[in-house]
Amino acid sequence: MKKYDAIIVGAGHNGLTNAAYLAKAGLDVLVVEKNEYIGGAAVTREMHDGWFYSSCSYVCSMMRQTIHRDLNLTKHGLVLVPYLGTVVFADNGDTMTSYHSEEAEYNQLRRRSPHDADAMFRFQTDLGRYAQLIRKTLLRTPPDPTSFRPRDIRELLWLAKEFWSLGEKELYEYIRFFTMSAADFLDDYFEDDLLKAAMASPGVIGTALGVYSPGSAYILLHHVMGDVDGNVGAWGLARGGMGAISNAIAGALQEQGGEIRTNAGVDKIVVKNGRATGVVLDNGDELQANIVVSNMDAKRTFTQCMDKNDLPPGIYEKAKNFKIRGSSGKVNIALSSLPKFNNVADNRYINRGGQGFVGSMETMERAYDCWKHGRWSEDPFIESVIPSAWDPTVAPPGQHWMSNFVQYCPSQLADGPWTPEKRDAFGQTVINKIERYSPGFKDLIVHMEVRTPHDIEAEVGLTEGNIFQGELTIDQLLFNRPFPGYAQYRMPIKNMYMCGSSTHPGGGVSSACGANAAREILIDLKRPNTVPKDDFYDE
Amino acid sequence: MNSNPEVNDPFAGERLKESHFHPRQALLNLRDAWSSWNGYKFADYYYDEEYEYFCVRNSCATYDICPMQKYIVSGPDAEAMLDRMVTRDLTKLKENRVTYVCWCTDEGRLIDDGTIFRLEADRFLLTCGSPSLAWLRKSAFGFDELQITDMSDTIAALSLQGPTSCEVLKKMGLVGIENLKPFCIAHFPFAGSEGTPLMASRTGFTGDLGYELWISPDLALAFWDALYAAGENYGIQPYGEAATNMARLEAGFIMPGMEFNEALKTIHFQYDQTPFELSLDWLVDFKKPHFNGRKALLKARDQGAEYTLIKLDIEGNKPAEESFLYSDQDCSKEIGYVTSAMWSPVVKANIALAMVETAALKGSIWAEIYYSKELRHHSKVAKCTIQEKPFWAPERARATPPAAF
Amino acid sequence: MQVYDNIIIGGGHNGLICATYLAQKGQSVLLLEATDGLGGLATTREFHPGYRVSVAHSLSHFSESVVKQLNLLDHGYKPSSDTLDTIGLNLDGEHVVVSGGQVSGVDSADQKTYTDYLSLLKRFAKMLKPFWLKTMPRIGDNSLPDLITFGQLGLKLRLLGKKDMGEFMRVATLPARDLMDENFNNDLLKAILSWDGLIGSKMAPRSPNATLLNMLYRMSGQHHGAHSLPEGGIANLINALHSAALDAGVTVQTGALVKRIIIEGSSSGLAATGVELADGALIYGTRVVSSADPKQTFLNLVGAKNLEIGFTNRINRLRCDGYVAKLHLALDGLPQFTGVDIPNGRMIIAPKLDAIEFAFDDAKYGGYSQSPVMEIMIPSLRDQSLAPNGKQVLSAHVMYVPHKLKGGWTDEARQHLYQRLIDTLESYAPGIEQQIIHGELLTPADLEKTYHLSGGHWHHAELSMDQMLMMRPTYEAAQYSTPIPGLYLCGAGSHPGGGLMGGPGHNAAKEIIGAKK
Repeated sequence: MKKYDAIIVGAGHNGLTNAAYLAKAGLDVLVVEKNEYIGGAAVTREMHDGWFYSSCSYVCSMMRQTIHRDLNLTKHGLVLVPYLGTVVFADNGDTMTSYHSEEAEYNQLRRRSPHDADAMFRFQTDLGRYAQLIRKTLLRTPPDPTSFRPRDIRELLWLAKEFWSLGEKELYEYIRFFTMSAADFLDDYFEDDLLKAAMASPGVIGTALGVYSPGSAYILLHHVMGDVDGNVGAWGLARGGMGAISNAIAGALQEQGGEIRTNAGVDKIVVKNGRATGVVLDNGDELQANIVVSNMDAKRTFTQCMDKNDLPPGIYEKAKNFKIRGSSGKVNIALSSLPKFNNVADNRYINRGGQGFVGSMETMERAYDCWKHGRWSEDPFIESVIPSAWDPTVAPPGQHWMSNFVQYCPSQLADGPWTPEKRDAFGQTVINKIERYSPGFKDLIVHMEVRTPHDIEAEVGLTEGNIFQGELTIDQLLFNRPFPGYAQYRMPIKNMYMCGSSTHPGGGVSSACGANAAREILIDLKRPNTVPKDDFYDE
Repeated sequence: MNSNPEVNDPFAGERLKESHFHPRQALLNLRDAWSSWNGYKFADYYYDEEYEYFCVRNSCATYDICPMQKYIVSGPDAEAMLDRMVTRDLTKLKENRVTYVCWCTDEGRLIDDGTIFRLEADRFLLTCGSPSLAWLRKSAFGFDELQITDMSDTIAALSLQGPTSCEVLKKMGLVGIENLKPFCIAHFPFAGSEGTPLMASRTGFTGDLGYELWISPDLALAFWDALYAAGENYGIQPYGEAATNMARLEAGFIMPGMEFNEALKTIHFQYDQTPFELSLDWLVDFKKPHFNGRKALLKARDQGAEYTLIKLDIEGNKPAEESFLYSDQDCSKEIGYVTSAMWSPVVKANIALAMVETAALKGSIWAEIYYSKELRHHSKVAKCTIQEKPFWAPERARATPPAAF
Repeated sequence: MQVYDNIIIGGGHNGLICATYLAQKGQSVLLLEATDGLGGLATTREFHPGYRVSVAHSLSHFSESVVKQLNLLDHGYKPSSDTLDTIGLNLDGEHVVVSGGQVSGVDSADQKTYTDYLSLLKRFAKMLKPFWLKTMPRIGDNSLPDLITFGQLGLKLRLLGKKDMGEFMRVATLPARDLMDENFNNDLLKAILSWDGLIGSKMAPRSPNATLLNMLYRMSGQHHGAHSLPEGGIANLINALHSAALDAGVTVQTGALVKRIIIEGSSSGLAATGVELADGALIYGTRVVSSADPKQTFLNLVGAKNLEIGFTNRINRLRCDGYVAKLHLALDGLPQFTGVDIPNGRMIIAPKLDAIEFAFDDAKYGGYSQSPVMEIMIPSLRDQSLAPNGKQVLSAHVMYVPHKLKGGWTDEARQHLYQRLIDTLESYAPGIEQQIIHGELLTPADLEKTYHLSGGHWHHAELSMDQMLMMRPTYEAAQYSTPIPGLYLCGAGSHPGGGLMGGPGHNAAKEIIGAKK
């Protein structure tokens, strides 16, 4: 029976990235995937004739350009197109466009509040300062602060030095920023509520926190620290949908001789004598490997795909307590034409893409309150994008598809399990809200599909449908991700690793987790490192 | 292009604002050389930058300062609030006088510079290049009897600079303008309107004789017409950003984004500057018991500035834009960098402003200059000499009344 | 003209403690208190003829070092060796009781976990304990004592061992709810164990932040966080502190409201040289030491014009809004709480974590919950002098009641909330409404007014991660000295924070004495 050097469980973008770097180092790797398609949450699927949905993940901001270049993903078909502004909608129908040009943006903010127009400069500067520091840590393995190994101490000192170089005041501001709520953070800059709501919205996307909850300021940063072509905070669309990213990485992997097997769900990770030795598939086949790398989330890996008795004491409990909460839903809609929105100019350069149905700070927070009560809000926060406005490949000419990310949607409802009826009702809530701002919207709908956290879990395998594979709160960041003592991609079982977003630096289509894990694995195997340093920033 | 707001324009939000003088300036902007400033459409130049520059030095020219930020700070606490914000002693500023000021963060880093006009005992006009309302509000926190009004869009202003400027204003009917001293303010009647709606200050950004004229927007075009009628035989011409940049460099004036990075917009620790680094020591009045950044600035003064902004006369005629500076001809030890550089048409010198390590000021300074000839790139190393005085400081800029051109 | 070495603003416990330490060193100290009584929020005052109560109604972490160093026992302080039970009230009388390190009313799994949980928390609390009574280092200052304190903190963390240290760094910011869910099954137990981490803050069980640090801070006391009352109640402690202060030579002046701190400017900068009282009297001192809250001290007494702009705004943005209201009831007799024989413990009405969470949700929007959560004590059971013979006093901390109520604190609003509270109490103690002789509700807005307390916040400023340790109240003023030479802070707005603890007063005195050398 063939024995692989490494089996990677899950063909999401991090699993594929991990496999590609291992294959590049000459390892014989196999990626097993439960679905018949690869990509995990970064997929493009034809869900309706001629319409290709990025069913789950829909934009890309954090993809490490170092990896893009290093794996030659462009050659494998990946083109990332930066998209311009978004329009946000207030409860009262007021709209605000985020303009591409700094001058236009300034003039618009000035019309709303001269104070805020000025404050925006400081806000952007401060956010830039926070982001550049975090960004440097993305392609590095977090140090273990409890360890005395020279490498950990070196990394800790490096981190300390980076923080120190902020200067006294900014260092304190930084610490503050990590623990505060998006609302408190924004109150320090702005007075206009719609502007605050627009700025706060990234702080709650994918997370079980409200804009008034301490900790949401950091998540705001997590979403804006990405960049496309050096434009910090810019978001990009993958031409052909998010699946193009996964396919390109898979292309790079296959070019290196790596193997991918779909329709191969893993039932158990096999542990013998305290070492991971392979996997048993759902169909009963056993595959052997020297190492096993799980790209599944930490909770699923340890509580569902491993035998509790194989684990050292305490790990099962840690995994069970790992915070991975379903808080978002997704509604994909095929449209017969581009929708028109009230109070939005027909500006071809920017208004065709992003829509943020934020309402107000309070509306967003109240949506979170509903989630706490185990129901979805009748007035949810929806972040939409119409990729077909830029991408000619995802819908028939003249027709469009709209991705609607809905915050918040509970994975478990207070009134019992999700049913198809409830799912439809949830979908109706979403299109009702859009219809409020775009009369006639419903008539444009050709096809739609609704995904609750429950559906995302069933389809992609993410526990509770959490898009980050685990909450991005400070207790689960950096050396705490996924658990203290296991943040360096090595798991408590010998020859077993994790490479998914449950590890540092966390969620987002960044490929960083997969690449970092590959570097650690290659160190253990005493192979030359194939993972590039993040040399994109020379600050 | 459509500037009529009544015609439905889906791109209206994208378009730049137009200055109160735009209808006149647009007619004269033959090159359509527009850029922007604080959200306004703003001319880089109108016809030819060197021509406009020579109008400033030789006759007179107007520069649109509508996009400049203007704030009225008024009320019983106005003086105390501004005095605590800026590094100079404002209590000494008399009514109808103007002073050049700068203000710093708590850490003593320069936020911006600007001018403060004392219009009345408790009514001030602050003008500056970049939006500053957020900082003004922060500065005003804790002062109850105070109002800050952003007048940026509601005062029309035009700078008239050059040797014939006084004569033109006289001709226009500003009686007694010749007696207005530098940094003083006077008010004049205009076009039969009630009172004295036209304010003139003897200020400017060219180092030459010049005035800045302030009026309400509804009188802006009438004012323009009157001024240009008066100036017709005195070589009046609008000038844009390019000529301004030349004139201010000759005068040794600093520009944000060139000589200094506004502290509130600086990402990297200490990539901003203290006033000392910018040789603005004379603006910092430590006799004042308190002003923002005082403690940090005292410390910075005692420690000495790491860098110092200096004026350089550079041999040869190749402008040293973006050049590195070295202490030796072999370029082995880097000691600084050029912030602005140009060939000065009026003094026929190759001039620059540069940030140089204070410790290296005593030694020799060499600039490594890149230039290109017919697409071939070259570099040369040129000797630099420190100039203490501004490159251009004509007697007429200070004399009252100014001598006839 | 007399110039005092120190003028202390505020006669709360921290002001008294700081004054006493300084006077013991032979310095002249004048202590000025705005109200007629000493103790600040711990003042025992008459709220109805014959009925007295103090806003603070129990002790959890009053510093033993302060007791010892100020010889409080000699001054009559009589700490109690037994602790108050914490009783989680259940409508049907099936209460959960935490008593002497044990918990009853829950299943055996929870009982066992509680022992482990408590011992883990005790290890953490022990590690942190020395730092509550230390001046926090100023990052970026790089001075030797600062580096040593940092080193000690690092070392203490390491000494926890790899496992505990890792766990500490994970749970330090964990929301109360996660911490509880990880450990316990019983909803009521989870709620009452979270209570001490949440009370006083604008934080709910699901808020990640400083819940655990709040608990560990309170666990620095004699009884590891269990509450107690000295014999004679809170007044006993305040009287002892007063006596110690007088004994050390502190001049105490009550009814002396400070209008402003005198700041004199010269070419060498600004300095605090004294205070002006509300009646216009000027008193001069070498140092002014304020135990008033930071907003009050800087924004009202010093004034923005004497401060740096960034600093002023940092003080202004301090989160100081209180979310705890006080309910005081004069009762005709002992209330009968269902299932409680003698209500002499600390009773908590918060049936589960989400009850706290949802009560908090209303406060986010400037309202208060129709199902308030609260902590109740009958202080007259411990100190009969608080009420006439046979009568009782009930004191309750009610969460979450906003300082700025949407629509303002009108009489109707206050009456409505009062009735909600009485109805809630009635459901746990049937008949209590009939026993009420008089009721008083102090909203955070009332506390602000009565006690000169910005935002009506107990702790002067919320004890959250970004307002603790070397960031309390802001980094420039976290070492008790302030940007104004001659002006010091010694109140709860400084490290380590609020509650009847004494840390700020103690630490500030040490700093002042040290700086003088």
